[in-house]
Amino acid sequence: MVQTDLIKDPHVLTGKLHWGVIPFHDPVVAPVMFAAIFGGLLLVAFVTYKKMWGYLWNEWFTSVDHKKIGIMYCIAALVMLVRGFSDAILMRTHQALSLSDEFGEGFLPPEHYDQIFTAHGVIMIFFVATPLMVGIMNVVMPLQIGARDVAFPFLNSLSFYLFLVGVLLINLSLFVGEFAATGWLAYTPLSGIEFSPGVGVDYWIWALQISGIGTTLTAVNFVATILKMRAPGMTMWKMPVFTWTTFCANIIALVIFPILTVAIAQLTLDRYFDFNFFTNDDGGNQMMWVNLVWAWGHPEVYFLVLPAFGMISEVTATFSRKRLFGYVSLVWATIAITILSFLVWLHHFFTMGSGASVNAFFGIMTMIIGIPTGVKLYNWIFTMYKGRVELSASMWWVIAMLVTFTVGGMTGVMLSIPANDFVLHNSMFVPAHFHNVLIGGAVYGFFAGFTYWFPKATGAKLNETLGKWSVALWFFGYFFAWVPLYYTGFDGMTRRLQYIDNPEWQLPMYVALIGVAMLAAGIAAQIANIVITIYKRNEPGYKDVTGDPWDGHTLEWYTTSPPQFYNFGDVPYINDRDPLLDMKQKGTAYKRPEKYERIHMPKNSWAGPVIGLLTLPLGFGFVWHIWWMVYVSVAAIFAAWVKLNFERDKDYYVEVPEVEEIEGQFLKSNEGRHYYFEQHAKHYKKWKPSDQK
Amino acid sequence: MTALTNDHDLHDHDDHHHHEAEAADRYMFGFWLYIISDCLLFATLFATYAVMGQNFNNEITPYELFDLGFVAVETALLLLSSFTFGMAMLGANAENMAKMKFWLIVTALLGLSFLGMEIYEFVHFSHEGATPQTSGYWTSFYSLVATHGLHVTAGLIWMFFLFIHFNRDGFTNANKIRLACLSLFWHFLDIIWICVFSFVYLRGAM
Repeated sequence: MVQTDLIKDPHVLTGKLHWGVIPFHDPVVAPVMFAAIFGGLLLVAFVTYKKMWGYLWNEWFTSVDHKKIGIMYCIAALVMLVRGFSDAILMRTHQALSLSDEFGEGFLPPEHYDQIFTAHGVIMIFFVATPLMVGIMNVVMPLQIGARDVAFPFLNSLSFYLFLVGVLLINLSLFVGEFAATGWLAYTPLSGIEFSPGVGVDYWIWALQISGIGTTLTAVNFVATILKMRAPGMTMWKMPVFTWTTFCANIIALVIFPILTVAIAQLTLDRYFDFNFFTNDDGGNQMMWVNLVWAWGHPEVYFLVLPAFGMISEVTATFSRKRLFGYVSLVWATIAITILSFLVWLHHFFTMGSGASVNAFFGIMTMIIGIPTGVKLYNWIFTMYKGRVELSASMWWVIAMLVTFTVGGMTGVMLSIPANDFVLHNSMFVPAHFHNVLIGGAVYGFFAGFTYWFPKATGAKLNETLGKWSVALWFFGYFFAWVPLYYTGFDGMTRRLQYIDNPEWQLPMYVALIGVAMLAAGIAAQIANIVITIYKRNEPGYKDVTGDPWDGHTLEWYTTSPPQFYNFGDVPYINDRDPLLDMKQKGTAYKRPEKYERIHMPKNSWAGPVIGLLTLPLGFGFVWHIWWMVYVSVAAIFAAWVKLNFERDKDYYVEVPEVEEIEGQFLKSNEGRHYYFEQHAKHYKKWKPSDQK
Repeated sequence: MTALTNDHDLHDHDDHHHHEAEAADRYMFGFWLYIISDCLLFATLFATYAVMGQNFNNEITPYELFDLGFVAVETALLLLSSFTFGMAMLGANAENMAKMKFWLIVTALLGLSFLGMEIYEFVHFSHEGATPQTSGYWTSFYSLVATHGLHVTAGLIWMFFLFIHFNRDGFTNANKIRLACLSLFWHFLDIIWICVFSFVYLRGAM
């Protein structure tokens, strides 16, 4: 056979590639592939016809502006949400049909089904949740601290393109070859070369390795930004909560992503060069892989959820028309979670057999981490207490989150008891739990933040009615989809089942399918909302004229929507945790400063897209063992890096007259609002926290 | 509008220097953060080495292969190169180009010799039958020690390009930041090597 020959002895020019790896005859994949190619060509033709390449290159692709990079992250995340959710639809439909009389065994063969649940997990964690969060952080965090950009603008652009290459590689795997069929964390020895000889795991390796390096760079960038570039007067204890959670999340990322990098590199050495890290024989140790990936993987979920907590905090305070209740306790809870997140990883494999003492330690640590999380829930509830709560769409997300996340947290405490875990391990209960916390905690939080900051990023408010519809559909859809699976999990159904033969589970599978349909409608409502809002962006009710559509408390609402490329005409001195609220009360908000200064800005750079995208042939060459492609890419990346290094002209100044002109127009649009601020000042003063002078 | 900080007012007349000082501070701090992540990278490799430290496969053991005298020379070379880099930094602080370049070249030569000895050692071990493929122990040994060696190689390449930078622009702010970051990197690799020497070679040979 041609195929096996190529696996053992790759061709010099084409490696392991041959026509057989492209699924022309697959009834599911082939139509998607042709649609994707056709759609892609249509998009290219449209952009060419509109002569938009120059605009896109100059204004977006080469931009080092954190706001534009943030928007590009969010767009990619939403596209991948559709891809990842399609996988979910396939899995739910397959399991529902695998029990019916008519279809019997469902419609997906085992090797395809296994790839789908692997891709679903990888996509949702790495290419939906992470980029959506990093995108919102990118747009909001520098604005909240009064910075003009992040600490290393070029590095930010490079991070985005490294992430994008991860996205491209995982999508390529759908059409060229296969994806890993190992589960999203590619447990060894299954993911080793002996049991997974195909290219699927190699796609997994390179998609995660390349985008993971991007995340490490982002972490360095954001931590440096927060610690070195805050507005004058903004001490650590005056930082907004979202900035605090961003800071803690990136500290986590900075420390854990190197572990993933090493673990993946070790798997790579095993697969490519016959090393013995995780092999069955010659002194390999498979459990070391499980320990390493979870030493990364558990802090990783806190990396995802902490910023969502920050978003929930900002939204709750703003729409309750109060200051946040218990700022200090909330920040300490965040710091506590940051530290504890490193001490719980073993609860993912209590059944490994490390003994009662080790299991007891990790079980107790897992229960303890519920305490600071509980503190946060009370913070949000008490913020709403006696507030003038305005039930906007973002607030709906908050309430959906409070309910759903609490349920998920409690099932988590159930799993943290090792004796329970021995019963529930690897059952459907476990996916039901982590979807409960990841959807209920992280995703709802991201959508609350997304709705809240959408006008800041784009200049237009999302449609409230459609927004509330999507909350309702997600909220009920989630419970319809997952409560039945909690039940089947208790009843002994293991996860990742391609074949089911227990007729008692038929009804739960059908109910779950209804839930998936509701979630699909929820996602459709969100996409429709974004499209409609962009279309109607200049109409009243959508357009954000003042830059402060929600009567906000923090610095990002102190500038235009969308902000100017330099963010702020002048950066005020910060006297308060809620600086804009403070200025509104003192009557100093949106007033012309005594004088403007010239502004120092970084120039766009070609190097982000060029160096970043050159890692695509690098990864592809590695996956298919096309060594010339690897060498050429490495040489090209090195050459581009050297060229960038010897460039001089990387920044410029925006002169005062230009700043004056832009800012003058903005201040005019806010002139009518000072009377309104005076009216509100009395109400807010009541809620001034006692620990702040 | 609220008054700007004193800090701003101070540097108002000379905002170019303000940006330079601020940039140096920011870049050095960012590089420290990178060093943290690199520390974790090595920590993971050390942990792997600790886990796999006894996973032999009836083959040649480190006890028979390690030559402490040889490794002591390697260690001396690298430690000395940290000292000579310090001399180069003194030259840079005094903006004395000749002194800086002399010590930088000495550092590079010491680094190259270290690397040469390491490669020789790897080839020697492989000939004796201890390749990375032999067993879990040798897998973890080679990956840990070679990762350090790759870092040294990266440092040497960096040094080469820094030389060109200094030739072209002299003691600019950007070049001083680059040199300071490389110095940090070089000393960091020294510390990692001390750990490699203690935990790998001393433990393996005793």
